[in-house]
Amino acid sequence: MMITNIIIPASIIGGMGLLFGLGLAVVSKKFAVASNDERIEEIIDVLPGANCAACGYSGCVAYATAVVNEGAKTNLCSVGKEAVTKKISEIMGVNAESTEKLTARVMCAGFEGITTHKYEYEGVSSCIAASQLHAGHSACRYGCLGFGDCAAVCPLNAIQITRGIAMVIEPICAGCGLCAETCPKKIIKMMPAHNITSVTCSNGDKGVAVRHICSHGCIGCTRCVKVCEYGAITMSGSLAVIDPYKCQNCGKCVEVCPEHTIETITFAPCDRKEA
Amino acid sequence: MKDIIIIVFATIFVENFVLSKFLGICSFLGVSKNLSDSIGMSGAVVFVMTIASAVTWLVQEYILDPLSMQYLQTITFILVIAALVQVVEIFMKKSLPRLYKALGIYLPLITTNCAVLAVAILNIQRDYTFLESIVFGFSGGVSYMVALVIFAGIRERLELCDIPECFKGFPISLVAAAFVSLAFMGFSGLFAG
Repeated sequence: MMITNIIIPASIIGGMGLLFGLGLAVVSKKFAVASNDERIEEIIDVLPGANCAACGYSGCVAYATAVVNEGAKTNLCSVGKEAVTKKISEIMGVNAESTEKLTARVMCAGFEGITTHKYEYEGVSSCIAASQLHAGHSACRYGCLGFGDCAAVCPLNAIQITRGIAMVIEPICAGCGLCAETCPKKIIKMMPAHNITSVTCSNGDKGVAVRHICSHGCIGCTRCVKVCEYGAITMSGSLAVIDPYKCQNCGKCVEVCPEHTIETITFAPCDRKEA
Repeated sequence: MKDIIIIVFATIFVENFVLSKFLGICSFLGVSKNLSDSIGMSGAVVFVMTIASAVTWLVQEYILDPLSMQYLQTITFILVIAALVQVVEIFMKKSLPRLYKALGIYLPLITTNCAVLAVAILNIQRDYTFLESIVFGFSGGVSYMVALVIFAGIRERLELCDIPECFKGFPISLVAAAFVSLAFMGFSGLFAG
């Protein structure tokens, strides 16, 4: 009697434990991170094996692990260059396109004096807070509020606030996209860094309304669309949009834009020093 | 059918697991810092609670009761819950690594989340049928979700407020939690009749 009193509960618990253990074993096999391990091996095979650490990791194995587990970029190997980048991208199943350098860009140039304020904002110094009050104090409801939520979140301090507008210092920007996520106005766009011709306005309202509040905004005159030889510019409502992959940075649209909304983004060395 | 509907609404509003029964407070305060994480966490809790209700009910009915081993209830239920949490963890590690990282220690802590054990034990104490216990488990999870999401929203706003230095962080969160809980007391008596 005494013995069964012990054996029965012990076998219940033991049996359940065994059952769940087996179940877990099956599940962990099914969702194993083992498939990741294979990819690590594959990438190690593709890498040159020089262990030069130019990618910023301690060696080829560390880089391969980082690509798989931490989502490190596939184009960091400067020894193997594009051939290796392409192979790694294939293994990871990402487009080789996405390995090109992206940069954040603030699609607003409503500096102080160029656009006006609806009201004087005296609350918490944060774009998110300000944007909750009638969409912010800027007269333009698409405009940068300039409290620098993006600058605060940037791990590389690549964003500075100049005369009330956030500016990305593109040579420093690593293209992580944290600022684009943070911006309550969603006017920070991730662009390929090679495309330096940019519409610095996000306001899709009618031209009259835009001109009323900002002397730098896109008024939708479509002159740039007509002048572009590559068909890279389209109108989204009354806002010009440049397709960065078609644009050849010829600069004709920059010349023709009556409001100087389309700009060639350049960063001379002196700009970087100021930062 | 009427019983089922009453269980759903009574559990979510009147007997809210977090705000009226004060169960699962640890993760309630720990994971409510931002909205998307809190939704992920409560999704995991809903899953664990629902499945745990079903499995523990079967264990009680077909193993513990026939052998009159009711005193093993707590330990077997925790065994079931632990196994389920492990499944969720393995799944999340593979499919939702960002959420997995954000939840951190709170994910394995669902094992010791008293709300989950409470669902399992209350099912037995209240003599629910199999279907009723599944519904109770699910709506218990949803009640946790409601509390967590409301509170995460409040905390996101609190971040932006000008709070006296001594109240910053947990103190003001606890005060806010108390107010939310008081608000939910307004639901009591909803199903008295």
